[in-house]
Amino acid sequence: MSAHADRAAPFVANDARMHWHDKAVWYVRGNRDRAAASVPEWETLRELAAQVKAHTLSRLAEYLEAFEQNALRLGAQVHWAADAAEHNAIILSILEARGTRKLVKSKSMLTEECHLNDFLAARGVEVVDTDLGERIVQLAREAPSHIVLPAIHKKKEEIGELFHHFLGTEAGASDPKYLTEAARGHLREKFLAAEVGLTGVNFAIAETGGVVVCTNEGNADLGTSLPAVHIASMGVEKLIPRAADLGLFLRLLARSGTGQPITTYTSHFHGPRPGSELHIVIVDNGRSALLSSETHRRSLSCIRCGACMNTCPVFRRSGGHSYDATVPGPIGSVLAPARDAGRYASLPFASSLCGSCSDVCPVKIDLHHQLFLWRRELSRLGLTPLPKRVASRMGSFVLRRRWLYALLGWSARVLGRMLPGRLLRWRINPWVRQRELPPMPKESFRAQWRKRRV
Amino acid sequence: MSSRTSILSRLRDAAPPPVPLPDLPLQGQRFEDPVGHFSQMLTGVGGRCERVPSTDLLSAAVAALPVVAVARRVASLVPEAHPGNVPLTSIDDPHALADVDVAILRGEFAVAENGAVWVQAAVLGRLQALPFITQHLVLVVDPAVVVHTLHEAYARIRFDGPGFGLFISGPSKTADIELALVIGAHGARSATVFLVG
Repeated sequence: MSAHADRAAPFVANDARMHWHDKAVWYVRGNRDRAAASVPEWETLRELAAQVKAHTLSRLAEYLEAFEQNALRLGAQVHWAADAAEHNAIILSILEARGTRKLVKSKSMLTEECHLNDFLAARGVEVVDTDLGERIVQLAREAPSHIVLPAIHKKKEEIGELFHHFLGTEAGASDPKYLTEAARGHLREKFLAAEVGLTGVNFAIAETGGVVVCTNEGNADLGTSLPAVHIASMGVEKLIPRAADLGLFLRLLARSGTGQPITTYTSHFHGPRPGSELHIVIVDNGRSALLSSETHRRSLSCIRCGACMNTCPVFRRSGGHSYDATVPGPIGSVLAPARDAGRYASLPFASSLCGSCSDVCPVKIDLHHQLFLWRRELSRLGLTPLPKRVASRMGSFVLRRRWLYALLGWSARVLGRMLPGRLLRWRINPWVRQRELPPMPKESFRAQWRKRRV
Repeated sequence: MSSRTSILSRLRDAAPPPVPLPDLPLQGQRFEDPVGHFSQMLTGVGGRCERVPSTDLLSAAVAALPVVAVARRVASLVPEAHPGNVPLTSIDDPHALADVDVAILRGEFAVAENGAVWVQAAVLGRLQALPFITQHLVLVVDPAVVVHTLHEAYARIRFDGPGFGLFISGPSKTADIELALVIGAHGARSATVFLVG
């Protein structure tokens, strides 16, 4: 299994692209900062949001039952899926009951997690992602590289080429306005032809039985108001107890994600619209296992705003695809190993542990601490690479022996001055591949400290 | 055992110790001039806000909008703003709205902090698609009901039965191609809010 650093290598190799990505994502982080600073009670909102989520997780089963009961009362149909396979089978059965082979879909990280598109495509269903960014990556046969900006890794020229090939736009055209207009026309046809529309769920309200979906483009709304059937797929962790809690979460969500004060459309679905069907699919797929982990259950509070990736120095410079997980970035690096520790063992190390992710998280998940805890767990499970384990053991051995530390410090200072640079840049040490060692100081820190204090 | 039973029992077994549910703020930040702030926020998200002193002047103000002036199909639920020429009451299938140029709807109230208008779309019934399928959107709101933040907004909304309601803040937009902001992704290409009174 390749590691994060190996997968990041091709992205980093294109220096101009990497810097563009870094700047673009950092620009969004800047927008977030301005939006957060405009709300004087921002920190109180974060604290309350964290508490509401923690409370909900402590009574999740009860809230799900209340939600189900209320949703049924409103005329929705509620399905339960223990895992991805069951989720996908439920969606297929709804399509089959309707006798249709067409599905329009708005953004849903859950269906990405369940690999719904591949499952349905293999069974002859035409799935059309309708969020512009998701449509772009779908046409390119790629996965989203960011949960809010799915095609942020692509340049407009590449998108122009894709659209020329698939939508018949002019060759060489790359103006975002022109390309968006072409997608609008193309997807309108799909919306009008579809009989079933699927959306994710941002929040599910236990006390009312309603679901809330936030978008800027309006694709979720067209995709649910034209077709006769609306399927809303949600993870169990999307529950909130009260409608009034939305006041909290919606004030945080878009400001954290893109710096907008709210998304353009915030749609509250309570039951199906007259003459249509609403199917709500509640999915576990590993979430109950995560809830049982005292260490990592806080990661279930995530509201998928994307702020932690926008601020992450590693994400910005390695791109979302280097994570090879449904959700990239710091939160993805916490969630993925819970799913498959062996496969995603390198992700908790794709971080400088600078803590910026924890600082911007609107629900105060202690992300950098979680990443640190994962490192410890993965080491204990023997899932970290041998050189890392050996180096950690050696480091630990040295740091516990003051005399040895002093001796090694002395020898490094002496040898560092004497040895030829080529030997110091020996490739067994990956740290020096893109870096120069600093010149060795004449005296140790401790010696300098003793002198200056006098 | 059904998946429902097994999921619920797994979640019960995994439940952490009880954590209290906090009380929510009844209000948040206050603006000196909530109507002015709403207008500013709406402009910031690509929408337009117009003050109209009285209902008598509304129809002239709406007719003066360039998008209304050139519109062929206008669907209006606010007769005092525009009579409209799409017979909404006799349409059953939302697909028949595909060529609507302008939709005019009433907003229940507006939110100063984010330029959003709450639209109780239950009146639309089967025609829930109207605010999204239309090329341009006009909302008519009473400026006496501009609340400061979403906390007050949710204190006003009652979800006591089936129905569809939403906040709309400006026109449909996307920044999915190189972060370039493009207005008019799938939904309305423009959103104008008239504050009347």
